[in-house]
Amino acid sequence: MLRVEGLNVFYGAIHALHDISLTVNDGEVVSLIGANGAGKTTTLHTITHLKEAQSGIIEYNGKDLRKAKDNTIISMGMAHVPEGRHVFRDMTVQENLEMGAFILNDKAVIRKNMDMVFEYFPRLLERRRQSAGTLSGGEQQMLATGRALMSNPKIVLMDEPSMGLSPLLVKEIFKIIKTLHANGITVLLVEQNAKMALSIADRAYVLETGSISMSGKASDLLKDENVKKAYLGA
Amino acid sequence: MKKLSMKSTIINFVVLFIVFGILIVLCETGILSNYIKGILMVCCISIIMACSQNITVGYLGQIALGGAGFMGIGAYTAAMITKAMASANILVGDGAPDTLRFLIATLAGGILAAIFGVLVGIPALRLRGDYLAIITLGFGEIIRVVIQNLKFLGGKGFSEGSAGQALVGINRIANLYVVFWVMVVSVALMFTFIRSKYGRAIIAIRNDDIAASASGLNVTFYKVLAFTVSSFFAGIAGGVFAHYIGSLSAASFGWLKSTEYVIMVVFGGMGSLTGSVIAAISLSALPEALREFSNYRMLAYSVALIIVMVYKPTGLLGTYEISVTRLLNRIMGKKEPSLHAIKAEVEASKASEEDKEVQ
Repeated sequence: MLRVEGLNVFYGAIHALHDISLTVNDGEVVSLIGANGAGKTTTLHTITHLKEAQSGIIEYNGKDLRKAKDNTIISMGMAHVPEGRHVFRDMTVQENLEMGAFILNDKAVIRKNMDMVFEYFPRLLERRRQSAGTLSGGEQQMLATGRALMSNPKIVLMDEPSMGLSPLLVKEIFKIIKTLHANGITVLLVEQNAKMALSIADRAYVLETGSISMSGKASDLLKDENVKKAYLGA
Repeated sequence: MKKLSMKSTIINFVVLFIVFGILIVLCETGILSNYIKGILMVCCISIIMACSQNITVGYLGQIALGGAGFMGIGAYTAAMITKAMASANILVGDGAPDTLRFLIATLAGGILAAIFGVLVGIPALRLRGDYLAIITLGFGEIIRVVIQNLKFLGGKGFSEGSAGQALVGINRIANLYVVFWVMVVSVALMFTFIRSKYGRAIIAIRNDDIAASASGLNVTFYKVLAFTVSSFFAGIAGGVFAHYIGSLSAASFGWLKSTEYVIMVVFGGMGSLTGSVIAAISLSALPEALREFSNYRMLAYSVALIIVMVYKPTGLLGTYEISVTRLLNRIMGKKEPSLHAIKAEVEASKASEEDKEVQ
């Protein structure tokens, strides 16, 4: 579904990503784990055009994403939940969700997608007329995720959904990812919380200072001595 | 931020016609002197300008300081058109012909200002914050200096180095009634724009441009769009100004003028058009009302600004909009849906879903 090959990204003179290659197959949950500053977010941003690549291939369903226009990526079925709970603070929960369906014109479809989001996150239904800035951190993360689902994506790129959330809320967010997976949505998950990320993923890549140091089945990586030492704290 | 319903549109227009009726009565009975009429005209111009600046400064959240430059483009364009039409003897004559000539010229002024808005907006809006403020200030000054030196606008040419003459002999064909409706239509159009899908997108970008672009919005497009709409209405305000004042000098479209309108936006509330209307009226009328205290009136103006900024940093209204409909509802005792009602509604919808599941 998504294929990245030989991706190189620079911030000025700093070589942030070295020859990154990864694939995400239809219906998989793939995790990208690594320490702070390893380049996880940069990888996602490069895929969704928030950052430009120097060289490499980004292919999505056979289409060259690097040549796609910024705002067409979402209409190709790829949604991005950016890191750090980016919500539209001055808008209500419902308006935030409507923004997620900005590229859709059919009101019936928007309505249907919103019902679906409310099914995933009943909390958002309760708070749908509240302005997003007044939501708690966990609710904002739910809203950002719900907003991404409003475009009815085939693949969701999630960036650090657990950041700054209490362990209980982290569990809730991960439960949602599992449900998405069960409903056939492909997920590329970027996480610092390696244990959680590996426990729900099919496959995973380990990113270390801008290059992929390890990859394989998530269950294997969970048992790997090096991964354990570096990321699982055991 | 719901779309205006038909009902509130009608209510708003009824209110406007009442205001207009009062205005006619006051003018025809001679209660309003020409001096007061002039002030009202200036108020209308300020309202259009302040609202137009609010679109970039308030709704888009980008401090742009070139507003007066675009006002200048509109003013000079409209003035040249009415002059040209007058010399060709097209639509000349008291009443309808003059009014029509004025409207055509003003619209053309707005359109040219909008075109320049696109040209300036595309490079300028790559920057943000203080950088954008400085670059728009620069563009505003460039526009002023170019106008000052263009020979056919009364300048001496670029090699001369000194300021030329004012552009004089513009027909003063802007009368208060027409200007009032130009203002009403402009503000109504800006309201519609802000309430539309485009307006929503612009507010989304102010809130969070990463989330906006993640939602598939073309951020640059909407930024330039907001700036263009803003420039268009600044041009309209300029066209009205030219035909009210009768002579134009480029010096009156400098950065100080731009700042004046941005102050109105901040004073009224960034992101509230009704706030801009109130601020424009009070800040244009205040210096006139305090004319008796001649030397102290600018002091009073500054003190008013400081008081508002200290006690209400978001401006008079913040992002709140005054709504006549809401006011009427309150008077009639109708309540807005409370949190309690929303909860009940949610419960009801849950219950009906459970019913479905049972079936």
